[in-house]
Amino acid sequence: MMNSMDAATTSVVEVSGLRVVRGGRVVLPGLSTTVPAGQITGLLGPSGCGKTTLMRCIVGVQKTQGGSVRVLGEESGSPALRRRVGYMTQAPSVYDDLTVRENLRFFASVLGAPGARSDTVIDTVGLGSSVDSLAGRLSGGERSRVSLAVAMLSEPAVMVLDEPTVGLDPVLRRQLWGTFAELARAGATIIVSSHVMDEAARCDRLMLMRDGELIADDEPASLLAHTGAHDIEAAFLALVDQEARP
Amino acid sequence: MNPKITGAVARRVLTQLRRDHRTLAMMLVLPCLLVSLLWWMFDRNEQVFDRLGPPLLAVFPFIVMFLVTSVTTLRERSSGTLERLLSMPMAKLDLLLGYAIAFGVVALVQALLAVSLTVGLLGLEVAGPLWALAVVAVLDAILGTTLGLLVSAFAETEFQAVQFMPALVIPQILLCGLFVPRSALPDVLDNVSDVLPLSYAVDAMQQLQRLEALDNDFGLDIAVIVGFVVAAVALGAATLRRRTG
Repeated sequence: MMNSMDAATTSVVEVSGLRVVRGGRVVLPGLSTTVPAGQITGLLGPSGCGKTTLMRCIVGVQKTQGGSVRVLGEESGSPALRRRVGYMTQAPSVYDDLTVRENLRFFASVLGAPGARSDTVIDTVGLGSSVDSLAGRLSGGERSRVSLAVAMLSEPAVMVLDEPTVGLDPVLRRQLWGTFAELARAGATIIVSSHVMDEAARCDRLMLMRDGELIADDEPASLLAHTGAHDIEAAFLALVDQEARP
Repeated sequence: MNPKITGAVARRVLTQLRRDHRTLAMMLVLPCLLVSLLWWMFDRNEQVFDRLGPPLLAVFPFIVMFLVTSVTTLRERSSGTLERLLSMPMAKLDLLLGYAIAFGVVALVQALLAVSLTVGLLGLEVAGPLWALAVVAVLDAILGTTLGLLVSAFAETEFQAVQFMPALVIPQILLCGLFVPRSALPDVLDNVSDVLPLSYAVDAMQQLQRLEALDNDFGLDIAVIVGFVVAAVALGAATLRRRTG
């Protein structure tokens, strides 16, 4: 993991002029931004606004049509980053016909992480009592926690989490956000997407996205101050209205 | 490439197969049942069984392994785990080889079962050595596996993968020399059959059936089959893309 001195001085992700076209549709017309180190950055916006595509670009699994994405000083997706960037996709990417433990053990051996690390992350996501259950038998929320545990296996410096708390009960959601905060304090950079605006308050920094463009990139408090709104949803609407005016 | 990762993939695929009883039965039992059916059909005419048995010992495992491998591998793509693995420090060849090894182990068991049954219980007689019969059967099953791995790269859904079966496998069965000796085919078709892997598998079997001593032609057939296996794995790895649209 990165130490806090690095965290204070570098931006971990640098996106410039990023253009992505999927199936003839321009998803990201030319996006530029940076993500600071050691913070939780929330990526918010309605579905279809390009959140997942931007995250895929940061991980380096998305074909791009222009611009650049650099992560920890390297081109995104480069071999040096494959152990240092943890990625959790929206749909749980785990093997339904393997148990929770077998899933984690397998991904641990691919990542070269020690076997004991599997048990640690299983506990972190609160699945200690289901280690020997097949992933396919778990509920949707539990399966996405298995997927989240895989993303944490290699103790990555950057974690890209696509809607990690969808369908979870509030207690567990609070617990996971607590975990994200701990990881960030330890120096990890966390990029979390959500379409639930009330999760925004737990982020250090927010990027509001609409139609493939960033309409805001700020700390939650100053975003509220700047728009005069009292919650993030209202701030989002205020920004959309501002743009609509000539 | 990393042998540890290749091994982890192979172990994982075998664990998954062990839990999937229906697929396992299809791979291990089905070729045996098909050979038994053939034997029963020619109950009154053993010579026909002796003639058709060896080539079909090449064809049945080939088809079954092709089908099972192409569909199973596709699950990796549709579940999102392929994308996840490719974002990790894993060489594409690690994945392909891991699959090839796991299914190769099953292919080995399958071919040995089918050969033991055919020779031991059903009384198939060949001129050549039995070990060679087993070797060719195993190789053909592995050939089916690796071609299945390759075509699964070109399918988006399991339904599409199944469509490759009539498109790519049936023509090979028609042209491999089972129905008409390849030399008796029209020139164009004879040339086409020269580039189809199953032709060499069936040719090797037919030689075993006729000749007591194995000659260079047999060795050449084996070399070509191994060549197809290696090429399919290499091409399969080359077609995997870490970045997708």
